[in-house]
Amino acid sequence: MRYVLRRTAHVLFLLIGVSILAFLFSTLAPGNYFDEMRLNPQIAPETVVALRSQYGLDRPLPWRYASWLNSVVRGQMGFSFAYNSAVAPLLLPRAGNTLLLTITATLLAWGIALPLGVCSAEQLGRVPDRLISWATAALLVIPDLALALGLLVLAVKTGWFPAGGLASVGFESLSLIHKIRDLALHMTLPVVALVLSVLPLLVRHVRAAVADVLDAPFILAARGHGIPRRTLLYRYALRAAANPLISLFGFSLGVLLSGSLLIEVVMSWPGLGPLLLEAILARDLYLVLGGVLLSGLFLAGGNFLADILLYWVDPRIRTEGHAQ
Amino acid sequence: MNPEPSTNDGCMQPLIQVENLVKRYAKRSLSGQREEKLALDGVTFSVSPGTTLAVVGESGSGKSTLALCLACLERATSGSIWLNGENIVQLSEEERRKVRPQIQLIFQDPASSLNPRWNALEIVTEPFVLQGKWKREEMVQRAHSLLEQVSLSPEFYTRLPLELSGGQRQRLAIARALALEPKLLILDEALSALDCSVQGQIGNLLLELQSSLGMTYIFITHNLAMAAHLADTVAVMNRGRIVDLGPSETVWKHSECHTTRQLLAATPGLKRSLPTGLER
Repeated sequence: MRYVLRRTAHVLFLLIGVSILAFLFSTLAPGNYFDEMRLNPQIAPETVVALRSQYGLDRPLPWRYASWLNSVVRGQMGFSFAYNSAVAPLLLPRAGNTLLLTITATLLAWGIALPLGVCSAEQLGRVPDRLISWATAALLVIPDLALALGLLVLAVKTGWFPAGGLASVGFESLSLIHKIRDLALHMTLPVVALVLSVLPLLVRHVRAAVADVLDAPFILAARGHGIPRRTLLYRYALRAAANPLISLFGFSLGVLLSGSLLIEVVMSWPGLGPLLLEAILARDLYLVLGGVLLSGLFLAGGNFLADILLYWVDPRIRTEGHAQ
Repeated sequence: MNPEPSTNDGCMQPLIQVENLVKRYAKRSLSGQREEKLALDGVTFSVSPGTTLAVVGESGSGKSTLALCLACLERATSGSIWLNGENIVQLSEEERRKVRPQIQLIFQDPASSLNPRWNALEIVTEPFVLQGKWKREEMVQRAHSLLEQVSLSPEFYTRLPLELSGGQRQRLAIARALALEPKLLILDEALSALDCSVQGQIGNLLLELQSSLGMTYIFITHNLAMAAHLADTVAVMNRGRIVDLGPSETVWKHSECHTTRQLLAATPGLKRSLPTGLER
């Protein structure tokens, strides 16, 4: 329990750090939303000054940070200049779409990477291992962007998949089963692109971790007990190799999240990606900050999840805690 | 049925009989050339039930390869190993898996041969779970009696391997091996990583188990004193061959073999530590 509390405090501390840095850098960057207004001859300079003071941009930095933090705690996360609305209601539905994409992709990628990596480790140096190594190396050198564009071309040429968006026109009138089918079709391409982009990394890590463990005498001893091959690989070797892989799992959530921003823009998925891109271009300060804070939260959440999993899986970590 | 191998002496049916065993490892050198290493080169011996065979030899002489081949963890290149009238070298992988519980291996380093995530009780229970013929309470009961047999007191049952001493870990490894009721226990340098007094304790434990359960041991070591203490028969290995084989006493006292003489000369305290009765 104390372990969980300590980890939670860790996450909170991290998020505060991220928010301060993000705030600092975004205000240090030249230009803001109202600079372009000032160049517009149709808007009076007084109006711009009035707007600036209305949003508190003329106040000192610590005051602005404090008032933004206050608004985050109250669940509004500041105010978007461009949308003339609180940030949270803009951001949260988009974040939901992004999470739908990344969580599906993460689970799918691990679901593929584990058996491939274990197979590769067991067949170390033989034909299946070499095939897998070549395939992952090839995937590794293709940039995410090229992958996404390639998939889009495929979608357009074949017409098997919709080439963008989250739902078809008339989605609301469909029955539940057709809704799920429609969503699945729309998700396929972005999820495939994300999975392919992270898969080589995962397969290689699984392979290395499992190959390392397979040489351990206790695995040899377990084999000597007459344990079937499959049980040995998945129940013994994979569990013994789990520690670095669980840490990687937390990390991979974060990596996929930032990877998904790019994929979302290319495949016009209504997630955080396109929204943040526009916000950055428009210098919509608080919307960008909200996005950064959310990605920080996702990343920290992934690592938090990994820490808890690790604690649950490895009794040695528990005894360490007692010893302290 | 399978043709029975010829029995030597004719006094007792051997538990395990090894004939002309060869193990060849192929490996690739940096330049891509295939190199072959002959780890076992025509090994022949047999072990009677309830006795101990010591296999001694310097490192690299093929002792550990022999242990892995006997335990069905490596497949010999040629030759035969007879167990219960079956040649286990010829069996399919699935059949070999079923033979494995009968021959258990104890490793040199008990720390790495135990699953670091499980406590003592879980480690000993694991072989039962695998066989799946007992209920939960029965398994725990059996595990308790096994741990008692190797003199591990109940306070250690919930400890992880890293919280146990070297001697305790090796006791635990022995208990785990006994859980499968093996016919043959192969101890691959099982005492070498322990300090002297603990070596003696574990050695005595092994002798006790032998008299109470009628265990058969193959004791692999480079420690001649320990081999002399525990073994009925001694096989001396050099470069994958058995160069000297005979009753313990004969090998120590009268061996003409060059390798045996060298090993004896390299163990200065041997004469003193030889058990009484072997001294003339």
